[in-house]
Amino acid sequence: MDATAIAIEAIVKIGLVVLITLTVVAYLVLAERKVSAFIQNRNGPNRVGPWGLFQSVADIGKLFLKEDVVPDAANKFVHTLAPLISLGVAMSTFAVVPFGDMITFTIGGIDYTYKLMIADVNIGILYILAMTSLGVYGITLSGWSSNNKYSLLGGLRASAQMISYELSMGLSIIGVVLVAGSLRLDEIVYAQGGYYLGFIPQWNIVPQFFGCITFVVASFAETNRLPFDLPEAEPELVAGYHTEYSGMKFGLFFLAEYANMITASAVITTLYLGGWQAPFIEYLGLSPFMVSVAQIGTFCLKVALVILFFIVVRWTIPRFRYDQLMNLGWKVMLPLALANIVVTGLVILLNQYID
Amino acid sequence: MKNDKYLEPSKEIRTKDLSFWQKMYVPEILKGMTVTIGQMFKPRFTYQYPEVKFEPASSFRGRPVLVHENGTERCVACGLCSRVCPALAIEVQAAETDLDKERYPEKFEINMTRCIFCGFCEEVCPEEAIIMSNEYELVFNSQEESIFGKEKLLKSVEEMKARLDFLRTMR
Repeated sequence: MDATAIAIEAIVKIGLVVLITLTVVAYLVLAERKVSAFIQNRNGPNRVGPWGLFQSVADIGKLFLKEDVVPDAANKFVHTLAPLISLGVAMSTFAVVPFGDMITFTIGGIDYTYKLMIADVNIGILYILAMTSLGVYGITLSGWSSNNKYSLLGGLRASAQMISYELSMGLSIIGVVLVAGSLRLDEIVYAQGGYYLGFIPQWNIVPQFFGCITFVVASFAETNRLPFDLPEAEPELVAGYHTEYSGMKFGLFFLAEYANMITASAVITTLYLGGWQAPFIEYLGLSPFMVSVAQIGTFCLKVALVILFFIVVRWTIPRFRYDQLMNLGWKVMLPLALANIVVTGLVILLNQYID
Repeated sequence: MKNDKYLEPSKEIRTKDLSFWQKMYVPEILKGMTVTIGQMFKPRFTYQYPEVKFEPASSFRGRPVLVHENGTERCVACGLCSRVCPALAIEVQAAETDLDKERYPEKFEINMTRCIFCGFCEEVCPEEAIIMSNEYELVFNSQEESIFGKEKLLKSVEEMKARLDFLRTMR
């Protein structure tokens, strides 16, 4: 394929993904408010549009129009850079997530086949781990550049928390890689296509149950989401590392938290819940194009369910204290992930010898 | 000291250990989530305010009103409410009248920005002339509007029946 075709394809895919992600992030703010309201026996925002649908527009508009206050002694370059890193990293991780299988358009008798992934790198999962490690910079730099002791403390606590849980995240990913036999994300999703015993879908949550639990807990800690909410908890440190931010920079942090949540859900779906695999879809007898569309729909539905899980857990359990959090990360999650790798490896080895 | 028995930690400490499944954390979280998600399907208690207004019970202390029977206010301008008001919100000016009660308030003003809705004026009034209604919606556009004179305060006995019955039976 020539360079212009590749470039156009890439730009269209990137444009679509960025647009959809930003819209979904804005509406996720509203979704969280509505879901939390329903859990608490009340209606959420319902004045601004039907069912409050224009509330996101109002929120983003408010953040644009607010004055951008920067502390006098703050390092202005770093102060501006930190939220950009946070949001940029959260969205970059979407580049390797497969939304669906190949999709084929037939326009004017010519078949155009596209792979529904922005970047088909052969290191797949390693890219995701690298990006989440970069995400720590956003928080640390924001805490440091605010010239405020309490923001610094919040930033340091957040980065310590994120670093501790990245280890268990990486180790649980090794379990998935052992089962799928490849680092590439599209191959991991292809490997989740069959059925156990004829009717249980071969999603990685079945063989890797404890790996899934470790990964999900580590995702909660990576995205600074309750119960691991200490760095940004209001009663703890005013607002933690984003105390000194206002206006659109705060908006970027705000959106970055939800974008991280979407990314974490997308990665959990891809690695453990079968990605875009829709079980039993071959019995419906649809045309290949409709199957591709249905698979994209399945991916979106699974991501939505995982995001709902994130939101409901936030309103269900109380926050961890910092020492309990570190205890959990190093003394419980890390040994569990290591044990997961050992047992997975043993089972695969024994399978090879038995067959 | 040797005999400070009450300062020693007690040797028998009864603790309730977590069961095996509770120590696993995850089953407990899932149990919690069934409660949380279950609440999503229960009825919601929000009043959609401007369309549906909250009607308080007769024991609610809303804004003070003066009671009138057939156009004549019951107030005899004794000044007790003005004296007892903790926020100094009431101002009364007495004058003579030919009715049996002999006194009537020529000027009766309550400064609603000072009123704290405590109900002392209602408790001290010997004539049951000033009572707390159940209105809570007060909006003014200027400071002059916030000083309520007699025309804004007078309400008939029939309108205030609920509160008057409450005062008769409960106080």
